[in-house]
Amino acid sequence: MALSRNQLAQRVAQELNDGDYVNLGIGIPTLVPNFIPDGIEVMLQSENGLLGMGVFPTEENVDADLINAGKQTVTMVKGASLFSSAESFAMIRGGHVDLTVLGAFEVDVNGNIASYMIPGKLIKGMGGAMDLVAGADNIIVTMTHASKYGDSKLLTNCSLPLTGKGCIKKVLTDLAFIEIKNGKFHLLERAPGVSVEEIIKLTEGELVINGDVPEMQF
Amino acid sequence: MAGLDKLVTSYEAAMAGLEDNMTVISGGFGLCGIPENLIQEIYHKETKGLTIVSNNCGIEEYGLGILLSKRQIKKMVASYVGENGEFERQLMANELEVELTPQGTLAEKIRAGGAGIPAFYTATGVGTLVAEGKHHKIYNDREYILEEAIVGDFAIVKAWKADRHGNLVYRKTARNFNPMVATAGKITVVEVEELVEVGELDPDEIHTPGIYVDRLIVGTFEKRIEQRTVLTA
Repeated sequence: MALSRNQLAQRVAQELNDGDYVNLGIGIPTLVPNFIPDGIEVMLQSENGLLGMGVFPTEENVDADLINAGKQTVTMVKGASLFSSAESFAMIRGGHVDLTVLGAFEVDVNGNIASYMIPGKLIKGMGGAMDLVAGADNIIVTMTHASKYGDSKLLTNCSLPLTGKGCIKKVLTDLAFIEIKNGKFHLLERAPGVSVEEIIKLTEGELVINGDVPEMQF
Repeated sequence: MAGLDKLVTSYEAAMAGLEDNMTVISGGFGLCGIPENLIQEIYHKETKGLTIVSNNCGIEEYGLGILLSKRQIKKMVASYVGENGEFERQLMANELEVELTPQGTLAEKIRAGGAGIPAFYTATGVGTLVAEGKHHKIYNDREYILEEAIVGDFAIVKAWKADRHGNLVYRKTARNFNPMVATAGKITVVEVEELVEVGELDPDEIHTPGIYVDRLIVGTFEKRIEQRTVLTA
């Protein structure tokens, strides 16, 4: 079965290392904090100028001056710090953020990512995504494997305007965990109950399968 | 106003000298930390043909979005313009020019503008539409593009506390772009929630030194929340 949004977040959380500074994008990535494994200490960076983002506030603690990059009201954890947007992107561009998790419309075999614009249809802007993919070494893209019409989002060449070129090495979809190297997708894990054949069928770009592909463990 | 005293007492005086076709840089992220009353004043002045530089363009009836209803904006330089139907409509109808700029590049363009740096290289945007027509250069085997600084005819800023000299303290994530914006205006106008006596702010805690500030006004703020999200029991 395809992973639920929560399972996607849970699988991403398994990639966290103790002591990581992590930037989480909008959508599925915002669910990751719910699944941080015991004994792992991480700090969440929000690009609008907060390191140490906490949970959503209670009604009494809502503060219009304290929001995350998705413009949602949030709280701060102990040890949090606040700074300007320039400082925030110095952290991001300077490679100080250990892990970045963000969504996408398409990813291709060369590690290109398209996530911000559908010409003639959706023009919202890239926000901080271009800075994040250019500045981070360790990026996980989370998205559905195919559109609701069954069109693959893992392509030979991205068809939409790019957010970044050659910067994506790991993709977690609702069907598979995939690594990108040497111009190919490599199937690392499959969602529980999802067959390799199903994944092949919904992957347009070249997919390498090495021996038995394990199921994800939760 | 006299000497180092930057305080003005009307919004009219705060935005005096703003003319058609000028460039205005505004602080704020979403609706957080926006100079909401200074924006209102621009709306009432009906200044037209403006180039607005801001991370976002507000929503339809609040923040910079209100300037769209009177067609006061000619060009918008922003990183994210979603959640505003009128913006999208004017953009699709070619009534509005938009320069989508990555958020970190935007912050740095404004920072550089205020710091007298005309341009800088960055890896952000290489291989994308953002890089088109820009100078490319390789440093240490990596490709970078040249991005130019931004200086505004006016910079409008929201801070939390100030003294009459224009020393500023921001609050929480309402800081965002405001410190850079404060440095990058030929005329920098700041509105604050609270005015304190000169000497009351601990010099170690001042986020923006008064040297950048030309005019200061004390206002009252609605502080609208775009995505009120609370813990559900």
